[in-house]
Amino acid sequence: MHPTDVSDPHYYHRVVDCQWGCPAHTNVPEYIRLIALGRYTEAYMLNRHSNVFPGILGRTCDRPCEPACRRTRLDGEPVAICRLKRVAADLRGDIGDLLPRIPAEKNGDRILCIGAGPASLTVANDLLPLGYEVTMYEKLERAGGLMWNNIPQFRLPPRILDEEIDMVLDMGVALQCGREVDSLAEVLEEGWDAVFIGTGAPRGKELDLPGRWDAPDQVHIGIDWLQSIAFEHIDSIGERVLVIGAGNTAMDCCRSAVRLGGADVKVMARKPRPLFKASPWELEDAEEEKVEILENHSPSRFLVEDGRLVGMEFEIVRWHEGEGGRLRKEVLDTKVIPCDEVLLAIGQETAFPWIEREIGIEFNEWDMPVVDRATFQTTLDGVFCGGDAAWGPENIIWAVEHGHQAAISIHRYCQGTSVRERPPYGQNLVSVKMGLHEWSYSNNYDESQRAEMRYADLKERLASMEVEAELGFDLERACQEAERCLNCDVQTHFTDQLCIECDACIDICPVDCLTITWNGKEAELRTRLTAPAENLDQPLFASVGLPHTGRIMFKDEDLCIHCGLCAERCPTAAWDMRKSELLIPYAGLEAGRQHPNRKQAEVGP
Amino acid sequence: MTHIPKPRIRHPSLRINAVGLTRRDYEGSMSTLCAGCGHDSITAAIIEAAWELDLEPRTVAKLSGIGCSSKTPTYFLGTAHGFNAVHGRMPSIGTGAQATNPDLTYIGVSGDGDSLAIGLGQLCHVIRRNVDMVYILENNGVYGLTKGQFSASADVGSRAKRGQVNRQQPIDPALLALTLGATFVARSFSGDKAQLVPILKAGIRHRGFALVDVISPCVAFNDHEGSTKSYRYTRENLEEAVDADFTLPTAGITASYEPGSVRAVTLPDGSVVHFRKVPDEFDPGNRDRVYAYLRERQGAGEIPTGLLYLDPDAPDHRDTLETVSTSLVDLPFEELCPGREALERLLTDFR
Repeated sequence: MHPTDVSDPHYYHRVVDCQWGCPAHTNVPEYIRLIALGRYTEAYMLNRHSNVFPGILGRTCDRPCEPACRRTRLDGEPVAICRLKRVAADLRGDIGDLLPRIPAEKNGDRILCIGAGPASLTVANDLLPLGYEVTMYEKLERAGGLMWNNIPQFRLPPRILDEEIDMVLDMGVALQCGREVDSLAEVLEEGWDAVFIGTGAPRGKELDLPGRWDAPDQVHIGIDWLQSIAFEHIDSIGERVLVIGAGNTAMDCCRSAVRLGGADVKVMARKPRPLFKASPWELEDAEEEKVEILENHSPSRFLVEDGRLVGMEFEIVRWHEGEGGRLRKEVLDTKVIPCDEVLLAIGQETAFPWIEREIGIEFNEWDMPVVDRATFQTTLDGVFCGGDAAWGPENIIWAVEHGHQAAISIHRYCQGTSVRERPPYGQNLVSVKMGLHEWSYSNNYDESQRAEMRYADLKERLASMEVEAELGFDLERACQEAERCLNCDVQTHFTDQLCIECDACIDICPVDCLTITWNGKEAELRTRLTAPAENLDQPLFASVGLPHTGRIMFKDEDLCIHCGLCAERCPTAAWDMRKSELLIPYAGLEAGRQHPNRKQAEVGP
Repeated sequence: MTHIPKPRIRHPSLRINAVGLTRRDYEGSMSTLCAGCGHDSITAAIIEAAWELDLEPRTVAKLSGIGCSSKTPTYFLGTAHGFNAVHGRMPSIGTGAQATNPDLTYIGVSGDGDSLAIGLGQLCHVIRRNVDMVYILENNGVYGLTKGQFSASADVGSRAKRGQVNRQQPIDPALLALTLGATFVARSFSGDKAQLVPILKAGIRHRGFALVDVISPCVAFNDHEGSTKSYRYTRENLEEAVDADFTLPTAGITASYEPGSVRAVTLPDGSVVHFRKVPDEFDPGNRDRVYAYLRERQGAGEIPTGLLYLDPDAPDHRDTLETVSTSLVDLPFEELCPGREALERLLTDFR
């Protein structure tokens, strides 16, 4: 193996599994430490710096950070990162003074965002402090995109949503609601300096089975139905409801149906449960609310009698792995399940009837605009695209990251520099040693199990769409959960020239991460370390040849609990605990420069 | 000193041995020795050896005297028996304990001060009596606990941390043991567990006294330029004279050796020591040749290491004294204390 270059910001970044897993690279361990210190406002601002909507995401995020969390590999349960994020949002103080200042004098560049969802709002959030004028066209009557029209109120209360959306809008977005764009060509003629398309994936997929159109009033597209609830156009549903699909939208549908009068709500999934797209915790929440989830039921037709939908027929199936890993279904039986209404939640797609095909934006074979993965620019210079509109449905946190990246591109484009050249990431690396055996972070391994969420009383919460189901962590749970964080950003940093190969670090390591041995090929090395390094997703650290023998210090990052004992037992300080901070570039801000969003930037662990 | 104990969380790949324990189950309390102390590595090697030998901690007695090294039994096999003796008097305790309860495995840990100065007489006698125990001499050439004065094992010409040069002849525990009729003599280095662990395993299984002299650098007082017991000096001058491997009787022999290159020595319990690499002029079964070899190599500035001498079949002190073969606690009371009549008969013999 070649020696590891830890000056590359991405090496230590990768060790911080949650931050690496987060599309927006939120500095999770740092904000968890701030929560433990009771510095909720700073924790909130640190979040906002990366993910713009901490209060919203603290309730609704898809949490790619949690399956990534190292803690999962140690005791089976990740740190409740998302719920801690909500704690910061719930307990924060006034942040008015901490938000970026918007210059009175504008830089003269006018940007249009089409759609006012999380991606567009992030673009505005990043560009307004630089002096841009940002206009948003939104076809609905308010901003927020799917965050307000698809996520039910019992998961995301309107006051949280409004507050965080308004934080961006109040920076000076010229929002034009009710303005649906039906021709991009016309919009381009308005003379914008750059245009960002953030129109999401607003079209729910249709299930065109026999009988679908025989009782259209009783069959709804899930996302449209949720939107109608948000608009208060719908406030009731039949007693027996079937929700087709097993993604997170299906969960929102079934849980809304229960609240609107559905007494017998079933989620019908074609695939077995491990293959469901819905997050496990959303499935659990739905089941807690008496929703029945049936797997291996493939819909075959709608049963309509006298113009009334009376049920649906399903094939009971078993799945086999066919050629190339594709699943092949075997039909075992058919079954009729009576129902009064059906909600279709089997996916959604983008829709671009309003983009003329001859204005220079290329479309691919799925009729989606060709968007560059790094620059978020379409094939028409100055027109950018992000969020679900770019590559189909993802989630809020991806939309935010797309917004950040698109803002970088838009800024570079308006400055006349290459959008292709991306500003580099940086890294701060600071020792956390406070004394002989004292570190400025809580280094002991806390054996607590993951804290449980508190919920509103079942009866109470099912009575209304407005009662928030999750109550959030109380302070005691928050502190307990914060201690479970392993502080993966406090890195074991090795200075090879100081090592005397005394083995003290190897002997003390509770999880056998360390080995001093002769170099070799990585695959072979992984088998002959103190403990086998079988998780290939996790990097091996390799030093240069050590001064005494020329052997190499290896560290398997996989299960390191960052307890600092290697550094404590090192007689020469060859091992040190150093906090790595990933410096993320944003529009107009090279990595490491003070961001106006982050006035209290340097916060100790 | 560290402020947190070693967390109990462990690597999921950690295996359990024949008695259902992982290596972590053989640990003791957190070490309070200086960070980087060679003794801590020896502790780790003892833990590894005990795990590999499937020892049940409750069948082990840890013995020690006074000194940094003698603190270490606290740091391994936390659930074993133990006795922390008066300075240099651990051999007496070991002899007595072994005589009354031979069913326990005796692991003695001492240092160059405890063994070669105040306890030298005790060491000599426990060697010549061939008491069935392993005696680990953690040898760093200084009195670490009293801030680094030369010990009796300091080499001539070795420089102390403050600059003084030692002019007095050292006592070499390996040579001493050979002259006193030791039946198992080994030398190793705390920084070489690949060598040390098999030696410890063989020493624990050896029936009789097993002396293991381990160079164990003192990071605080004897790890500087001019020291002959520093990490660097030991690594530069260490010469693995003998490469020995240890196999339990239950384990099949998996390693394949070139014919003629290996000499297998079977211990009384059926386990086997394989001498893999032995120099031509050397014979680990010939006391005089081993002695001559060590003198010659040490004269040339080398530190020969390995399992240097082994006589697996010599009688141990219980054989010599013809004592009862069971532990005294297991003897029925009538046999242990046969009564006034038996005492009278015995006394008559002496009259």
